[in-house]
Amino acid sequence: MRQCDVIVVGAGPAGMAAAATAADAGLQVALLDEQPRAGGQIYRDVDRVAALRGGILGKDYTEGRALTAAIRRDGIEHLDGAVVWAIEDGFCVSYTRAGQAAQVSAPKVILATGALERPMPLPGWTLPGVMTAGAGQILLKQSGLLARRAVLVGTGPLLYLIAAQMVRAGTPPVALVETQTRADLMRANRHLGGALRGWPYLAKGLAMLAELMRARVPRYTGATTIAIAGDGRAEAVTFRSGGKPRTVACDTVFLHHGVVPNTQAARSVGVPHRWDAAQHCFNPVVDAWGGTAVAGVFLAGDGAGIGGAKVAETAGRIAALKVAEELGRLSADERDRRAAPLNRLRSRQTAIRPFLDAAYPPFAEALAPADATLVCRCEEVTAGEIRGYAKLGCIGPNQTKAFGRAGMGPCQGRYCGLTVTALLAEATGQTPDQTGYYRIRPPLKPVTLGELAAMDDGARDAAE
Amino acid sequence: MASDYAVIGGGVVGLSVAYGLLRRGLTVTVLDGGDGSHRASRGNFGLVWVQSKGMNQPLYARWSQRSAAAWADHAAELAELTGRHLGLEQNGGYDLHFSEETLEQTVANYEILKAKLDGDYPYEVLGANALKREEPHIGPKVAGAILHHQDGHANPLRLLTALADGVRRKGGTVLTGKTVTGVTRGDEFVVHCDDGTAVGAGKVVLSAGLGAITLGPKLGFKAPVRPQRGQVLITEKLPKMINRPSLVARQVDEGGIQIGATNEEVGFNDQVTQPGLSGLAAQAVTAYPALAKAQLVRSWGALRILSPDGLPIYQESPEMPGAFLVTCHSGVTLSAAHARFLPDWLEKTAAAPALEVFSEDRFALS
Amino acid sequence: MKTASPFLELEAAPARATVWFDGEPLDLPQGANLAAALLAAGVAVFRHTPASGAPRGPFCLMGACFDCLVEIDGVVRQACMLEVEDGLRVTRPHEAEDSGAPV
Repeated sequence: MRQCDVIVVGAGPAGMAAAATAADAGLQVALLDEQPRAGGQIYRDVDRVAALRGGILGKDYTEGRALTAAIRRDGIEHLDGAVVWAIEDGFCVSYTRAGQAAQVSAPKVILATGALERPMPLPGWTLPGVMTAGAGQILLKQSGLLARRAVLVGTGPLLYLIAAQMVRAGTPPVALVETQTRADLMRANRHLGGALRGWPYLAKGLAMLAELMRARVPRYTGATTIAIAGDGRAEAVTFRSGGKPRTVACDTVFLHHGVVPNTQAARSVGVPHRWDAAQHCFNPVVDAWGGTAVAGVFLAGDGAGIGGAKVAETAGRIAALKVAEELGRLSADERDRRAAPLNRLRSRQTAIRPFLDAAYPPFAEALAPADATLVCRCEEVTAGEIRGYAKLGCIGPNQTKAFGRAGMGPCQGRYCGLTVTALLAEATGQTPDQTGYYRIRPPLKPVTLGELAAMDDGARDAAE
Repeated sequence: MASDYAVIGGGVVGLSVAYGLLRRGLTVTVLDGGDGSHRASRGNFGLVWVQSKGMNQPLYARWSQRSAAAWADHAAELAELTGRHLGLEQNGGYDLHFSEETLEQTVANYEILKAKLDGDYPYEVLGANALKREEPHIGPKVAGAILHHQDGHANPLRLLTALADGVRRKGGTVLTGKTVTGVTRGDEFVVHCDDGTAVGAGKVVLSAGLGAITLGPKLGFKAPVRPQRGQVLITEKLPKMINRPSLVARQVDEGGIQIGATNEEVGFNDQVTQPGLSGLAAQAVTAYPALAKAQLVRSWGALRILSPDGLPIYQESPEMPGAFLVTCHSGVTLSAAHARFLPDWLEKTAAAPALEVFSEDRFALS
Repeated sequence: MKTASPFLELEAAPARATVWFDGEPLDLPQGANLAAALLAAGVAVFRHTPASGAPRGPFCLMGACFDCLVEIDGVVRQACMLEVEDGLRVTRPHEAEDSGAPV
């Protein structure tokens, strides 16, 4: 098995920054990433795409090239297209690359697995043509594809960013169906003091809104009873806004009401998680360095709590400094000296969060969906069925998983876990922390039996 | 108000017993653990199985046969009551062999058992060609199989759900999220929980799986059970490719291929491991080569509850008469017996099954 | 189920490849993300769910949702994690008669 000093999982901003900082400190790094090219979702395919459509995507995207450039160096083995499916003590990381399973081992692991779109279970959200807003971004960034007739549904700055990019590319969205209310914004204003420290961020937001106004993109706010209608694929979004029922015809729907940490890998190694009421999700419990209760396991980036790309990059560097110190490549003094400016930077970068969390809260209807709405996309389990299992005595998601298969499909609960926890907490009167979350086990992603079998000692012996 | 019975443990074993007591008109309160408790009922393989059981204790073979024979009625009754179908198939099952030697040795052992069972052990040996006719996807390295006609399989999670539903529909009370700390006896039994809950009952059944290790001695049982880890794999849902179940693999009614299982003495560690997964995958691919292209979507490690000789324990407490220990590692196979026959033993009716061989007397004091 | 494409391609990729989807040849950009390329070619339904047979297409495009599953060379894989290669034969999972998958 290949050995190195630290394994970094994920080549987004946090992972790339962590790998570069670790290599700077003289560590041998294995950087594993599922995608064929580095960048993560925020800088997806940036090296190839920046020249093609950097204008539409903006500087916030193209500057990701600084990070991808920094990982092309000695000391970093970038294993692209490597899908990690098991992380075991020691640490031994099993992954699949080019159809073959392999392993790499290191005393330290930095998990930089990023964010997932917060599940937004609405009637019709499984129809072809309905995607996450993140998927819309990926289509544009990586493939230069724009939906001709798209409705953007939900809340949050990402929705405006996508809409603005669509306007710039000449295919504005048919409409924005926004779930936040004026009252949300008023509540958010008390965080403005902090947000003003993140002024450039706010200014960008206002500029995007102005772009949408100029392009006369219809915006409906405070939308409720949202559903996607269609026979075999998305054909319209129906909702109420301004006291009236409305229907907007479309063929693509992009859903978004925030992102949440992708906790699968961290949970699989036993990192404790805690409910974050402000962000409506579970966050892993980390110290200021990204260290966890599992010795040797560090988390950085959105996977450790949503902060965005800039915070992720900073956190990646901070975690790498701590790893380098623990491995004896940096003195504690040197570690602290290098971390001090990064910590100050991070504090400025996170100042906007409380405002954003308050201004764009998740859509209540999608946090506690109606009985008939599918919650588990893989196994097609409805919210009503989950509530029924609560009546049968299920007090946690692992028991509902056994009773009704929610979370058993290939996505392994990534897009139903938070909803199931919320539904059970609502039904039992327990907190989300008391209710808990799915037990995440290998394989983190499906792996063929043939690949697994080829790793068997007996098979290996025969091959040798 | 006190129930006739308090059943400690809401897994397949406890719920089967509770269901059986309820269907006789008795009142029952079940105390079940939390979402993260060790639950063999969520991790078992789902076989309703007779062959190879009780090689050294024909009465265990008989008890398994009796339960398997009652399973169809048991499943039909639960389906009618709850609308939940258990996916029971009892068309026989295989013990696959990768060498002629092990096949012959097993047949020799089965013949000895068959004689002890007065010939009631309906199995046949399928050579490689005969097996291939029954299972077109079987691989060339499989030497043959023993097809036992009393074997079968069911959906164990739907059994668990149907029992949980059925117990409630029959008027049982189920308290979940409870950790039982002890049992006292005055005029009646009182079961105490760590959250202060106290449940009164005329009799107590301890069916808490590995929980019996700590609770058993408090009720006067030896409860010499230990955990044994079994790792199990399940693939994506596939079109039908395996007809009959075996200990190596079975296709569940939803389409996934379930592959089992390791036998590991690792204490309470219930993790899955890459070597465990790879070993099981290698065996499954050898048995069914087409599985090499199937995606593994889930795996789990569950802890079997094993007694020193692997047999069930049915024991009334010598210190606290009216308290019973019920534990086994074949809760699915024995579900029908626990629901339909065990209540006679608990109630000491004339129809009580003879379960003396399963008492704790067989374990020497240590 | 190919329909007129609901997507606009910002630039036409010069290098093309032939990919077979459900037995039909499609002209796709060589090296493109397979899921995106199929969407742009008008493929809306990538698979039907094993549970109810409901139609599904890509949802997250980042390897997390498993709704863009397709079958290639007998293995069911995520289209969004693959790239277009000339001659690729893609079918809906476990729907082709001679898919080579375990049937």
